[in-house]
Amino acid sequence: MRKVLRAVLTIPALAGLVLPALIAAGLTGAVLAAPVRYDVPEPTAQFRAPKDTAHQAGFEAAQGNCQTCHSVDYIATQPPGKGKAFWEAEVSKMIKIYHAPIDEADGRAIATYLSDTY
Amino acid sequence: MLRRDMLFGAGALALALASRRALAREVDLPFGNGERPLVAYPGKRPLLQMTARPPQLETPFSVFDESAITPNDAFFVRYHLADIPTQIDPDAFRLDVKGHVDRPVSLSLTDLKGLFGPTEIVAVNQCSGNSRGFFEPRMAGGQLANGAMGCARWTGVPLKAVLDRVGVKAGAAEVAFEGLDGPVIPETPDFAKSLKLEHARDGQVMLAWAMNGEDLPWLNGYPLRLVVPGYYGTYWVKHLNAITVLDKPFEGFWMKTAYRIPDNACACTEPGKPAAATVPIGRLNVRSFLTNLTDEMQVKAGPVPLRGIAFDGGSGIKAVEVSVDDKSWAQGKLGQDLGPYAFRTWTLDVDLPAGAHAIRVRATSNDGGAQPMEPRWNQAGYMRNVVETTRVRAA
Repeated sequence: MRKVLRAVLTIPALAGLVLPALIAAGLTGAVLAAPVRYDVPEPTAQFRAPKDTAHQAGFEAAQGNCQTCHSVDYIATQPPGKGKAFWEAEVSKMIKIYHAPIDEADGRAIATYLSDTY
Repeated sequence: MLRRDMLFGAGALALALASRRALAREVDLPFGNGERPLVAYPGKRPLLQMTARPPQLETPFSVFDESAITPNDAFFVRYHLADIPTQIDPDAFRLDVKGHVDRPVSLSLTDLKGLFGPTEIVAVNQCSGNSRGFFEPRMAGGQLANGAMGCARWTGVPLKAVLDRVGVKAGAAEVAFEGLDGPVIPETPDFAKSLKLEHARDGQVMLAWAMNGEDLPWLNGYPLRLVVPGYYGTYWVKHLNAITVLDKPFEGFWMKTAYRIPDNACACTEPGKPAAATVPIGRLNVRSFLTNLTDEMQVKAGPVPLRGIAFDGGSGIKAVEVSVDDKSWAQGKLGQDLGPYAFRTWTLDVDLPAGAHAIRVRATSNDGGAQPMEPRWNQAGYMRNVVETTRVRAA
């Protein structure tokens, strides 16, 4: 949806009405004006280390996958202690609905690590 | 020796002050995993950071005690998908209006500001999931306290004027809206919303470029957003760059699957249970808040001035009542009327004898809407509007 970056001065279909307005507003301004930028602060939240080394694989899979689409605080702010079914449903939602490219084994490991850690 | 002690004392004081400031950079919301850093984004004062990517920022509740209008730098922020725009050329920006219309058009901001005659409306934007953190049992989603709401004066053009200009064809059913923000991976459903045609043409739905007399803050949808007075924030598409008139219902994920409520009068189910049938979320229900006292506050026994805000989905506030004893309700005095979609301030002087008090606030709207004494529940954690209780101690 980044059509705005296409810096083209289109002649709108409403040309007769629009052109005077464009001129009044300063057509040269439209050519010279610079884009406005916004610097979004970088995320800082990190995954919690697993309580049990058995969840090391899930910890690493979480680090390698989840942050493609969202920061770790998306996980850390969820209600505490919701358990396995909750986290399996969340991981499943990421894969099935948002189409996160996470394979089945990684998905299972992530859900187990999250339910044990959060 | 004395000098050394003094120096040490000054150092310790500086350290104590520094750590107090550090502590003030975090807010503990009153539910599990409720710690939120206070982070100042460009153009914003320090807000409660729920998530960083994409940014989701909650307004500190004390802001609502300052004014019926929420300042731009304090207004909450909610995104769904992390590819948010970081560079926009306001002169190259175009809004495409297309689909089932006679004359599709690509409009610049200058076109919009010059052609249609700007209008203004004061309206509350509230997140569907505002207050989700208070639901019990809790559910997945953005864990918000009560700060994902705000009231602003919006300036723009009625969507109706734009639709009339392009000529909606016979057989049109809905209008879909898209913004510049999008998903990180292309397979993720892009954020898009729709309104029924008659709603889109009601003359109140607005394409807004200004908020409280200034350009929209970046994180609130610069340079153009949809304003849907009386409706939850999910419809208020930010960075709005495409409007498509459809001859059939919109089937996008964010309408068909997400942002749905139980299809019944209370929009609620038995706690923990899914709804048998759902419909897209719609109008705000009525809510009211006490803003000048907070939970666990100590107040001086005797006369205590109370104040707060109330709002609903556009019928306007009829009455605000306050109880300090769980038995009787006293009528608050309503403040300035900024229109039926705005926060309505209220005040009331009460007498609080020494001891513990539960102060409850309830509003009634002109269309008969009322707040429940017990919280309602639904699976997604939307539309919370229980009568709020603030527990204070007078001494």
